Amino acid sequence: MAIEYIGLNNIQGPLAVIEGVDNTFYEEMVSMTLSDGTKRMGRVVEISGDKAVVQMFEGTDGLSLENTSTRFTGEPMRLKLSREMLGRTLDGVGRPIDGMGDYFAEEVRDVNGSPINPVAREYPRNFIQTGISSIDCLMTLIRGQKLPIFSGDGMPHDNLAVQIARQAKVVDSDDTNGDKFAIVFAAMGVKYDVANYFRRSFEESGVLNKVVMFLNLSNDPVVERIITPRCALTAAEYLAFNYDMHVLVILTDMTSYAEALREISSSKGEIPSRKGFPGYLYSDLASLYERAGIIADANGSVTQVPILTMPNDDITHPVPDLTGYITEGQIVLGRNLNLTGVYPPVDVLPSLSRLMKDGIGEGFTREDHPELSNQLFASYSKVEDAKSLASVIGEDELSELDKKYLAFGREFDKRFLTQDAYENRSIEETLNLGWELLGMLPKSELDRVSDETLDKYYGKTEV
Amino acid sequence: MANAEGRIFGINGPVVKVRGTGAFEMQEMVRVGSEELIGEVIGVTDEETVVQVYEETVGLRAGEKVAGTGGPLSITLAPGILSNIFDGIERPLSKIREMTDAFIARGTKVDLLDNKKKWNVKITAKKGDMVSGGAIIAATRETSLIEHRVMIPPNLSGMIDWIAPDGEYTICDVIAKVRNENGVTDICMRQEWPIKKPRPYAERQAVTKPLVTGQRVIDTMFPIGKGGAAAVPGGFGTGKTMTQHQLAKWCDADIIVYIGCGERGNEMTQVLNEFGELIDPKSQRPLLDRTVLIANTSNMPVAAREASIYTGVTLAEYYRDMGYHVALMADSTSRWAEALREISGRLEEMPAEEGFPAYLASRLSQFYERAGYVTNLNGTEGSISIIGAVSPQGGDFSEPVTQNTKRFIRCFWALDKSLAYARHYPAIQWLSSYSEYINDLTRWYEKNVSRDFMKKRAKLMAILQEEASLMEIVKLIGSDVLPEGQKATLEVARAIRVGFLQQNAFHKDDTYVPLEKQDKMMDAILLLDKRLTELVASGAVISKITSTGIVDDIIRIKYTIGNENIDAPFDALMKKINDTFDAASAAPTAQNSAAPETR
Repeated sequence: MAIEYIGLNNIQGPLAVIEGVDNTFYEEMVSMTLSDGTKRMGRVVEISGDKAVVQMFEGTDGLSLENTSTRFTGEPMRLKLSREMLGRTLDGVGRPIDGMGDYFAEEVRDVNGSPINPVAREYPRNFIQTGISSIDCLMTLIRGQKLPIFSGDGMPHDNLAVQIARQAKVVDSDDTNGDKFAIVFAAMGVKYDVANYFRRSFEESGVLNKVVMFLNLSNDPVVERIITPRCALTAAEYLAFNYDMHVLVILTDMTSYAEALREISSSKGEIPSRKGFPGYLYSDLASLYERAGIIADANGSVTQVPILTMPNDDITHPVPDLTGYITEGQIVLGRNLNLTGVYPPVDVLPSLSRLMKDGIGEGFTREDHPELSNQLFASYSKVEDAKSLASVIGEDELSELDKKYLAFGREFDKRFLTQDAYENRSIEETLNLGWELLGMLPKSELDRVSDETLDKYYGKTEV
Repeated sequence: MANAEGRIFGINGPVVKVRGTGAFEMQEMVRVGSEELIGEVIGVTDEETVVQVYEETVGLRAGEKVAGTGGPLSITLAPGILSNIFDGIERPLSKIREMTDAFIARGTKVDLLDNKKKWNVKITAKKGDMVSGGAIIAATRETSLIEHRVMIPPNLSGMIDWIAPDGEYTICDVIAKVRNENGVTDICMRQEWPIKKPRPYAERQAVTKPLVTGQRVIDTMFPIGKGGAAAVPGGFGTGKTMTQHQLAKWCDADIIVYIGCGERGNEMTQVLNEFGELIDPKSQRPLLDRTVLIANTSNMPVAAREASIYTGVTLAEYYRDMGYHVALMADSTSRWAEALREISGRLEEMPAEEGFPAYLASRLSQFYERAGYVTNLNGTEGSISIIGAVSPQGGDFSEPVTQNTKRFIRCFWALDKSLAYARHYPAIQWLSSYSEYINDLTRWYEKNVSRDFMKKRAKLMAILQEEASLMEIVKLIGSDVLPEGQKATLEVARAIRVGFLQQNAFHKDDTYVPLEKQDKMMDAILLLDKRLTELVASGAVISKITSTGIVDDIIRIKYTIGNENIDAPFDALMKKINDTFDAASAAPTAQNSAAPETR
């Protein structure tokens, strides 16, 4: 027996307040019918006595204090899960919008998920070859990792994400046709064109039947945006841990997600912390990012590549800042590199992969990889010093050594960073290219490499 | 007297408001709702009680029952703590995994420690002994590394009326009875202790011994004493966690308490795996045998994150009371402060700086003051050293958590972004870091390592300082135009930075360097400095030396000379340095021979 509550007591932004309610619970789903017959969904976000504050997913437009009838569903926000989701397009709360009808639900799960017990986690160690030199060599992506792309408006982060998805699809040597690979794509507040770009790219590379798309576009309701990544990750966990698939989750754009959170927080009248974002932004972002990983009981994995645009390219903005504290590294795109036509414009120095140290080297990639990547980082940071000196005293006045560094830096940008959007380099090629470039520097400058490695690789590859 | 009881009135995230007849106490532990979630009373008014819940509150209904337990939030102290991994309120995660699955479900009820396991106990007290709080009456081998000493609870004293013989006991078995004017009290190995109350000790002592970590930039440059408190602040990617892991692995404490507070799940798994495999060089046993892990990852409930810090320090105090030296790593205290802020925000308290509650400073000081070198109630000496990571927003050290932490610690290891970008690890910036323990520890270093250890350190610091001011000039005009003397300084500073401060955590020898080797490395660098200065004074150019590669030999000491039997290789190196310089000054270059005064 379901009780229907007629009317509302208060409407404020996306929130509706109903009084006289009993027996509702925190985060319960609410179904509201307007007098014209349309239905809307909402979620209980605060309870105070017999008063329930409901957050409306499709906004509160057209609601009045009298024209609604509300039913409490008795369930938290749940998502229907099935293998059939692969190849489907769903809206921000998981309803099919591709005109192909509903799919059969094998299981229904709470989208909030539960934290993975650290004891049950498997430490990620398997290297994913993305075919992109800068990433493979310097900030290696590991299966089960969460490695965001920090970008800015107008930079090719979407192309990069698509290239990663396209080239990382073969995940096991025994899985040559990619049966165990899936992509979950969640768009939060992005433009239609962007979502469509991803869709076309997946289609072109023939993986569309392995993709689940959750779309909350920029003109879709803001409140839905809070649920979208949770639906996507619930689907990813299901595919990874029930079907042993290796799932790559692309979340874009995390900045819009955080802004949606801020909008709702301020309409609830919460005390803001930095830049108006709520104090729980860290915990909230963590509840998404921490859902990447591998558990010991299953063979699948969830790897996350969230994309976020840094407002005004500011890496200290709360969203990239807090993200960097949670994720296991970051790929930072640089405005200057992009302007000089380098693609992918990966800004090497601030980029990092925290998990690479255990997933590269002997038995994973090649024994010289750790030392090589360390040396490239160290040498490239000296290029920056040489550049800033050159900008003061002019390049001609530089010492011989600094000139060599400048030349090294130019070649590094031109040959190591730059590659075609369809160029798929093997890790061997990438590492050899790295040695080739280091060959431009005198041996005594390579202080991060042991003598044995130097003897084996320095000057051995032909320029 | 019956415990207080009430009904849920309002729910907002982890904060639950309760109305009812019962009189809850502040800090009382309560059971919330039909699933009996664990919570703590954090506010009482005449009409409602405010409770923070240590588990997810999704699904909680208004009107459900809230029951008091009559006591504050406490944890169990007994053998079985070491080599275990707990959540923020000491629930064993491996047990929870057996009961649920890979994901942590709510309302999981589990014994904090294994009540059934039998321990082989050796009784050390005898009937008729007069005992007081903290007295050791028995011992058992908890792990291969650590003997667990069973103590009389701190607030009890009297005469042992009865004591069990040696044998196998569980932590709940009565092993002794103590009689005093209030009657007879049963003693078992298990004790309960409220986490927010510091355990008592007899006397606090001065810090005089270093916590040796094997990390050069810490031991030599910015040492921390046993019983000291240090902070490691740094933006993301600067290596806070890496530094904490290195200290947990190599520092010479007896017990390590490692708190992962609001950090990554994979990191805790890594610690768990790595410490199980790593062998303690002294005892040849897994490092996990001296370690206890507390994991409250960033997606676990936020109120338990607040508790995890107190749980950790209470466990540390318990082992300190047995006479052990404990090192506690908290990664990261900023997440803990944010948990305070989040709960404070939900309570609609008046915020101070950046939304943090006004009591942030007093909470931080209460935590860091639980560090110290003490004489215990039972006369043994023990210590707790606290090393807290701080994750300042945007890497900006002027934010409230870093600033307030600085007031309560005496050792500050500032991690620097540009060093981390250049992959200079540990990225501890030598100019902005400091240690106030240097004066307290100088005597120990002089006595145990070498007579003028701290003088050498001061010399290295002076060179680095000079380098920093020279770099200002170099940035403008390049290094080629500097006079030879200043070029020499830059060369020595490079040897210090690359050869000494930078340390490779993944290299088998360089990951831990004994103090003797650190001392000798300083000798080698200072010899280079002395000879270079002499050379320059004689009017020669330093390229005569730099072209020989001797500086690179010094930089590579960390790889070329092992950690044992270091005297002979160092003597050889010193001789090589001297020989190189002798040769250089004996064979004057064309420039020198053309100098006017030789004509």
